[in-house]
Amino acid sequence: MDPVQDKIKQFLSRYFKNHDLQPEEDIFALGFVNSLLAMQLVAFVEKEFGIAVADEDLDLDNFRSIQAIAGLVARKTAEAAPA
Amino acid sequence: MKLELTAEQRAARAEFRSFVAAEIAPHAGRWDREEAIPPHVIDRLRERRYLGSNVSPEFGGAGRDMIAYGLLTEEIAKGCSSVRSLLTVHDMVAHAIQRWGSRGQKERYLPPLARGEILGALALSEPNAGSDAKGIETTAVDGGDGWVLDGRKKWTTFGQIAGLLLVFAQVEGKAAAFLVERETPGISVRPLKGILGTRASMLAEIELRACRVPRESLLGRVGFGISHIAAAALEHGRYSVAWGSVGIAQACLDACRAYTAERRQFGVPLADHQLIRRLLTDMIVDVRAARLLCLRAGSLRDSGDPGAFMETMAAKYFASRLAVRAANDAVQIHGANGCSDDYPVGRYLRDAKVMEIIEGSTQIQQITLPLFEFQEF
Repeated sequence: MDPVQDKIKQFLSRYFKNHDLQPEEDIFALGFVNSLLAMQLVAFVEKEFGIAVADEDLDLDNFRSIQAIAGLVARKTAEAAPA
Repeated sequence: MKLELTAEQRAARAEFRSFVAAEIAPHAGRWDREEAIPPHVIDRLRERRYLGSNVSPEFGGAGRDMIAYGLLTEEIAKGCSSVRSLLTVHDMVAHAIQRWGSRGQKERYLPPLARGEILGALALSEPNAGSDAKGIETTAVDGGDGWVLDGRKKWTTFGQIAGLLLVFAQVEGKAAAFLVERETPGISVRPLKGILGTRASMLAEIELRACRVPRESLLGRVGFGISHIAAAALEHGRYSVAWGSVGIAQACLDACRAYTAERRQFGVPLADHQLIRRLLTDMIVDVRAARLLCLRAGSLRDSGDPGAFMETMAAKYFASRLAVRAANDAVQIHGANGCSDDYPVGRYLRDAKVMEIIEGSTQIQQITLPLFEFQEF
């Protein structure tokens, strides 16, 4: 698992105790995501990876799994990088 | 962790305190009785850039940090909780736009909100939906070139005079948020009178009937109205209410300090009676504890820490309950005088009770806080 995915897994593991969350696993399907986690997750990725989650990123598919979140981080990081 | 205010923050607090002592506190009782904040007071808040003060300088705001904002809120609340309500709801709308608005929405609304040229109000609660925000019945349907809103909002703070409403509605069963300008055809506003506390907050019931708004009125995305847009606004509101509650409690303490020094019973000042001192001690210690919780929440919010959500909720929970206790004890200490309009503590008690209800009731927080706590390692 790459370092970004590893950090996301560590964060999400707080909410998915006793479950070894896999990179592609759908966290919404697991049923533990509530509005508390939703906002904390946004704050986490912004602070941890130095990106800004914007209105156009509000798509469940961006937050559905460790892989999806890592993908969002990669896209936002690339967007913010100087050309 | 530094718990000391910076020199700049202390100077800002002195400025807020001086303004409130001169222009807010002496008149708050009258505004409470008249159930309105006079327009010239709102002008003074505008001039001092106390409205929308968290808005980024990029959009013409003062860019005040969360600690300075908290200090401002506490000082305003010491003088008048209704004026504090204006800051709270106006800033909730500005915060939601700053957090989740498109570039176009930010450019259109943040500068006038930061200048206080338009006032913002949050239209979430309805006659049948309070704590159960997801149970809102207002609908928005796709009307081709825009959205058509129908429904009824209630308890909208400063809804009587707000120029911009952040309206929450269901789009085919999914929550969404819309920025609705007051002059939009189809909006009617009915003032609500006789409210228990924060009585000058100019509450309104707002009816939206075939209210057509442009497509770009949608804030964020459909389906994220409660989970992200309302959550962001309410988190800011809880922070503001927490500090506002500290302000009420401090005002109670200040009133009791003056009264117990001046009022004599059994041949000595009230302050010399041990049972009175016991009440004062709880107030003195609790207000410090509440302020520390607020400072911690503010520090975490400034750093973007995910833990800020829980700390803000904890601060609001503790501070709002403290405000009720402090105000209740303040009335008790004042005796019959506390039950009259001659002293402000009766108003503080009515205002404090409201703090336990708005931006997440005490009971909602009792349900939610353990979930936050136990999700951690």
